[in-house]
Amino acid sequence: MDPIKIKGTRKTPDVSFDAGNGKIEIEGRSIPENSIEFYKPLVDWLDEYAKDPNANTSVDIKLEYFNTSSSKCILDVFKKLESIFKNDQSVIINWYYEEDDEDMLEAGEDYQSILKIPFKMIEMEE
Amino acid sequence: MSFELSNWYEEVVKADTIISYKGILSKDDISDLLNQIEIKLELNNVNPKLVRKIYNVAVEILQNIYHHGESPGGGDGDFAAFILKEYEENSFGIISGNYANKTKIRLLKDRLEQINYLESAELRILYKIILNNQQFSEKGGGGLGMIDIAKKTGNKLIYNFYNLDSNHFFYTFSVAIS
Repeated sequence: MDPIKIKGTRKTPDVSFDAGNGKIEIEGRSIPENSIEFYKPLVDWLDEYAKDPNANTSVDIKLEYFNTSSSKCILDVFKKLESIFKNDQSVIINWYYEEDDEDMLEAGEDYQSILKIPFKMIEMEE
Repeated sequence: MSFELSNWYEEVVKADTIISYKGILSKDDISDLLNQIEIKLELNNVNPKLVRKIYNVAVEILQNIYHHGESPGGGDGDFAAFILKEYEENSFGIISGNYANKTKIRLLKDRLEQINYLESAELRILYKIILNNQQFSEKGGGGLGMIDIAKKTGNKLIYNFYNLDSNHFFYTFSVAIS
């Protein structure tokens, strides 16, 4: 499977999806006006990846900002990963947040409570 | 006295304004305004945590206008207003205004009233329910933006609807951020 590599912009995050090593990374700002357009190829990629996933999938989410229209798309990404986890594969979501960013921690906890998939909350020093 | 848009805008921007915008709101205008907010607040040495909150609220307000603002048809064309104010140290407010179609007013008002009625823990629950259960359109997420603003600021949403003609209202919105 071809990896996805997208360079971030002022409104969209850096994205790196690599089936070879099972590394999935989304980092930066996710505040596009049309989030569905941005996230659809990522969700489609995960659909394909779920057919033959790496034994270990590690997901790093390091978001500085995300808008509410991205929040649903991010949930869609996580739901694809949840389906891989439910098929007895190892999947972990590392949710990074800056040390005083309670809103970002809370957002991670909200996803954690919706999904049945291991989450690790990781505080970053500023 | 009937509602005069230019009077309303002049009155709103008169004091404490640090950023103001009125006109047609494109994606690029949104980017520029968000950029200005970051630069001005950082220059004013505003606490980064508060900058983040203001930025988040601004994103939701601007994109709400972008997706849901209406044109009154003819006359002035599309119009949106966005104003960031600094009332005193570490106390900010965002005020916005846009045209809204009469058919959407009751639903919008209902949503806003519900959000203002709920406590913060309840807002968090409502946010999760909508996030997990509702289909979103490319226009965004079923009022999630408004809930997010109320959740993040911890403040009530202040709004008004001014009747313009038989089909249009001017919808004003404001929230304090500190």
